[in-house]
Amino acid sequence: MIRKILNNDLHGKIFLSLLFILTLYVALANLLIPPDHLLHVSTYTVTLLGKYLTYALLAIAVDLVWGYLGILSLGHGAFFALGGYVMGMYLMRQVGDRGVYGNPLLADFMVFLNWDSLPWFWLGFDQFWFAAIMIILVPGTLAFVFGWFAFRSRVTGVYLSIMTQAMTYALMLAFFRNEMGFGGNNGLTDFKDLLGFSLQSNSVRVGLFVSSALALALGYLCCRYIVNSKLGRVSIAVRDSETRVRFLGYQVDHFKLWIFTFSAVLAGIAGALYVPQVGIINPSEFSPINSIEIVVWVALGGRATLLGAILGALIVNYAKTYFTGAFPEIWLFALGGLFIAVTLLAPRGILGFFQKQDQQNPLKEVAEK
Amino acid sequence: MITLESFKRRDQVFKFLTDNDHHGIDTSKGDILYIEDLSVSFDGFKAIDNLNLYLREGELRCIIGPNGAGKTTLMDIITGKTRPNSGSVYLGQNINLLEYNESEIAQLGIGRKFQKPTVFEQHTVFENLELSMAGNKRVWHTLTAQLSGEDIDRIDEILLLAGLIEMKQLPAALLSHGQKQWLEIAMLVMQKPRLLLVDEPVSGMTHQEMEKTAELLNSLAGEHTVVVVEHDIDFVRSIASQVTVLHQGRVLAEGSMEQVQSNPAVVEVYLGE
Repeated sequence: MIRKILNNDLHGKIFLSLLFILTLYVALANLLIPPDHLLHVSTYTVTLLGKYLTYALLAIAVDLVWGYLGILSLGHGAFFALGGYVMGMYLMRQVGDRGVYGNPLLADFMVFLNWDSLPWFWLGFDQFWFAAIMIILVPGTLAFVFGWFAFRSRVTGVYLSIMTQAMTYALMLAFFRNEMGFGGNNGLTDFKDLLGFSLQSNSVRVGLFVSSALALALGYLCCRYIVNSKLGRVSIAVRDSETRVRFLGYQVDHFKLWIFTFSAVLAGIAGALYVPQVGIINPSEFSPINSIEIVVWVALGGRATLLGAILGALIVNYAKTYFTGAFPEIWLFALGGLFIAVTLLAPRGILGFFQKQDQQNPLKEVAEK
Repeated sequence: MITLESFKRRDQVFKFLTDNDHHGIDTSKGDILYIEDLSVSFDGFKAIDNLNLYLREGELRCIIGPNGAGKTTLMDIITGKTRPNSGSVYLGQNINLLEYNESEIAQLGIGRKFQKPTVFEQHTVFENLELSMAGNKRVWHTLTAQLSGEDIDRIDEILLLAGLIEMKQLPAALLSHGQKQWLEIAMLVMQKPRLLLVDEPVSGMTHQEMEKTAELLNSLAGEHTVVVVEHDIDFVRSIASQVTVLHQGRVLAEGSMEQVQSNPAVVEVYLGE
């Protein structure tokens, strides 16, 4: 199956091999090599890399809808954050009576707000299986309902982008409120355990990193499968000429709806893996600027390439970590400069720049005839 | 489309129980399209005004008329893009087209070529035809769809008909304007439509290309019903057996090219210029 998906996808094979080697090396180097050794990878680095990988998964989710379907979603951060909140709720319930107030049932913020019982929507989140289902269901349902109305009414282009932006902004405002029951502007934090294992331990950190790598690899394979199928070709056709597709007999809104929902689910999974690694989820994850940043990653790496999205996410986030540490005041200038440079020098992104040569081949063939 | 209103009717079976189960288009009376008393207006401007039009199955019909005569609006109504204010449009005797949306109408067997050639530029010519192929066009089906040997043969056959077989693996963006027009017609044929609506197929074409297009359209008539909307009178003369002249949203004249050309009303509004 995997071999079939990767047939003709040399870059994908290279990427997955590199990812596999990196994951194996980082995991082993952290657990087996003593800390004072040169080749040791610190737990801090492991967690940082894990965080990048969840961003990369988020980026391919955006590339699938933007690059291949032409829906410029400026609200994918919302699905990411929702997945994160679901995971956060599970982790909160795992805290049990070890919170500051020592209440066995209620989270600290609920005690602080003088609530005497658990809100109904927190029920069930003490079970991991329930949370796992919700990680898929919550972002998926929101995307489905949002898409149902938007695509059926044929909202497209910049109007749709603005609506997605408004959606994530509205969610941010809602989650800031204490009455919503998600911890207000502090969000959910101070997690202790995941599945009974301490989040502070090295092996759990490595486990989360490996899970993120696995999720990224699977997400990539799923997206590649979609893109290679006839469904992928219909998507590109929708992107390039929506009316033509409609008059060929395809229900365009159904196609948009399913791919958008699938992409939101991927984003939600990325968010769920992100939260235990960074240890906090708060409403600022919904902020519109986050969603725009994801689009910048994809544009930078190269639209409609999947791998470009991953590359863009890794480059920008590595640069962000570096600059905000070394020269915090110039980070935004560096990001802006990078974006301008890529737009001017390689309008199709970093990967698109290298693929240009391949694209010219058919022309040459004709010329030779 | 099931509205609440239809549930209130006590004199008939609920619509969803009876509808959507067409075993083909009923053309036993020989006509494939029935347009009756059709009217549509935009902000008070009557684009189509009480229009009646019948198409025989398998004929090649040209619709001509000055700008604003309602030609493109008529196409829009037949293909479900615009809803009329009143009147009826039936495909065969049994299918009320006004109940369906664009993609459903396409699936029922009406193909439409746009005024401006519209093909999928990023896809190869072959893929363009693959996407147009008749068959199941639901989301889950396309995810797992595979081309059979038969499908590939059919695509090759249509490519040969449209004279595009040598460009098979080229991205459609590299085709010339005329080739794009043929590709779009080829895409329509892939849908196995009963009725083909072709909007200005020769605009921007050289004389040779026009001849080739006339040949192509003539070869399609018979097996399909073909409606051509065109401005170029020479081209119409070269292909048409039947001509309908539209003027201000009405049918002004109908008949062979000679009959139409000698009609004084037509000469006055259109040909006389």
